[in-house]
Amino acid sequence: MVQFFNVLGIWIGALLTFAIFSFLYKDNPFYKTAEQIFVGLSAGYWFVYTIFFILIPNMYEPLSTNITSNWIKLIPAILGVMMLLRLIPNLEWVSRFPIALVIGTTSGVFFLRYLKSDVINQLTATIMNPFLGNTTVNTIGQILLIVGTFTGVVYFYFSKKHEGVFGATAKVGIYFLMISFGAAFGYTAMARISLLIGRLQFLFGDWLGIIEP
Amino acid sequence: MARKTIDRRWIFLLIFVGVALPLIFVIGLPLETTENVRMVYDLVEETPSGSTVLISFDFDPASRPELYPMALALVDHCFQKDIKMIFTALWPMGVQMAEDVIDVLQEKYPEKEYGKDYVNVGFKAGGIVTVQAMAKNFRTVYPTDMNGTPISEHPILRGVKNFDNLAFLFSLSAGSPGIKEWVQIGHDAYGRPTSGGVTGVSAPSILPYVNEQQQLTGLLAGLKSAAEYEYLLENPGLGTSGMDAQSMAHLIIIIFIIIANINYWRAKKAEKGGK
Amino acid sequence: MNRKLPLIITFLVGIIVIVSEFIPHYPFGLISSELENWFLIISGFAIILGQLSLFKVNILKIKYKKPNWPYSVITLASFIIMVGVGILWGTQDNSGLAGNGQHIVAVMGSKPFDYLFHNVYQHLQATMFSLLAFFIASAAYRAFIARTFESNLLLISAILVMLGNTSLGSFLTSWMPQTLNFLHLPKLAEFIMKYPTTAGQRAIMIGAGLGIIGSSLRIILGIERSYLGGK
Repeated sequence: MVQFFNVLGIWIGALLTFAIFSFLYKDNPFYKTAEQIFVGLSAGYWFVYTIFFILIPNMYEPLSTNITSNWIKLIPAILGVMMLLRLIPNLEWVSRFPIALVIGTTSGVFFLRYLKSDVINQLTATIMNPFLGNTTVNTIGQILLIVGTFTGVVYFYFSKKHEGVFGATAKVGIYFLMISFGAAFGYTAMARISLLIGRLQFLFGDWLGIIEP
Repeated sequence: MARKTIDRRWIFLLIFVGVALPLIFVIGLPLETTENVRMVYDLVEETPSGSTVLISFDFDPASRPELYPMALALVDHCFQKDIKMIFTALWPMGVQMAEDVIDVLQEKYPEKEYGKDYVNVGFKAGGIVTVQAMAKNFRTVYPTDMNGTPISEHPILRGVKNFDNLAFLFSLSAGSPGIKEWVQIGHDAYGRPTSGGVTGVSAPSILPYVNEQQQLTGLLAGLKSAAEYEYLLENPGLGTSGMDAQSMAHLIIIIFIIIANINYWRAKKAEKGGK
Repeated sequence: MNRKLPLIITFLVGIIVIVSEFIPHYPFGLISSELENWFLIISGFAIILGQLSLFKVNILKIKYKKPNWPYSVITLASFIIMVGVGILWGTQDNSGLAGNGQHIVAVMGSKPFDYLFHNVYQHLQATMFSLLAFFIASAAYRAFIARTFESNLLLISAILVMLGNTSLGSFLTSWMPQTLNFLHLPKLAEFIMKYPTTAGQRAIMIGAGLGIIGSSLRIILGIERSYLGGK
């Protein structure tokens, strides 16, 4: 029986794969049906996992086993229920309190972490002696890295009109951004093709058995 | 400007055939390793046996073809080196991805025990704030493992109180929350060596973290990196088997770009000639 | 009060989190840690809110027979089935309300929730995203035209990275002598990624980072209030 369900599962997977691929020809009811099944299952998955992995171990268990030492968890529990009141139009305002707490915490953490990781550390990594590289190629690369970062940042400064020396610097910044976007496209193409490879490995391997799965 | 256009369904068909044929008829083109992949490999190689590391599965089936081969290679390498692993996920589907990796490798390493050599502590929401919370106190975020067993019952977790007890952090990331959060908290706030594997789409935006500060110790980017890691492990797998198809598809895209440009220049020339 | 109190909460919480970074001692460190643990639980409720909201939207669509409403029935049915089997028999080794579902596992090989994930959901999502492979090829044909100097840079960089990131790239320039090793396609792609691309992305990262820092401050200080909704 287990074997039957395994084979059935592979066939369901293959048929659903074709239902989605049918969109490449044109939009059709098979695609739309598969799409809605995906939306429903996805929402259901998130729902169940949130209950099993967050609400039960981090809230329900501590409160139900030892409420006297874990009473403080009642606060996020109440705030969580207040969050759910957003679904009731007349009580929507109640959800502002938990949202305020969430936004406040996130803003505080973001302020600290982005300042250090994405600004200070990036600047530190850029300010270096480019001639310490052991090869000519490395030295050229390091110079490009410094020039590209500086001119790129200049390009993103919009409080001053891009003209004269400032405009020329910003223009160089655009060139670096263009190279960067081109590379990003190359990587995106690579990523998307990999996804198709994964699908065909399933169809030819697990379903048809003409390649090793 | 009038340009010759092709019905895009012909492009779709060619891409399909271009990817399908090399999967069936393997060419076996050569492969080279890059510095970033070697850095990840060396990080695992240099981690002492018996150390505990944390591997976060921050992806879902949408990115599985890219990140699953990486995960297989990395976990395999850690098992070989006798490194203990804690699996977690900032994406709920990541839990199942980790379980799939374990299912495959359990056959290869039957001696590895759940709770002693590896453990799956499951999914936690909250992104960067939750990562910060687990960095300070691992047990408040993870009172139980994914099966509801208290973590104090697992020998692997007995000595783990915060990030200081972990040799390195590794995120297999398809977006946010993911590798960025692990870098910002794991390395930049708590000084732990951090590394990761990302999808090709997010690779360029994560690359600036691979720098002199070692915010990231190496980076696996896309299927090619998975293939390179398999090459370093001398264990060809899903990554390697997809490389021929990847090459062929890229070649087709480049040919299409060239054809489009030839058409453009011809049309431009004809327009100039007509004036 | 409905708006002022949340603004005060945001301000206090944001300030405590920032101060605790520099003074991690009592009481700031303790409050900050507690807030982070609360955050996890509230995030859980936020996820539940999202799913319930989807449920509500689809119910309304069916109730008022809006265009394509039959598809909402499929969405709801899928949602209810997934939640139903998950709550009844659990997932992996977690037990549900009706136990661990061992008799079902003996028949199906896995729990219904996990079976649906592996055989339905996983394939749907993976295929949905794999469609992008076709569209990116088509987009490249339509959009990658060398019109200006900037678009030339974009094009050349994309092609070199695409070639260098495959085994084909290695194969094409494998004949090159050692002195010209830096022109070997994988090396060239690595160079592009390591230096000019990193430079461009770093500029974006610094710009976006400064933007996020600014927005965070505006929120903490109560200048930015749109997250509270309403007028």
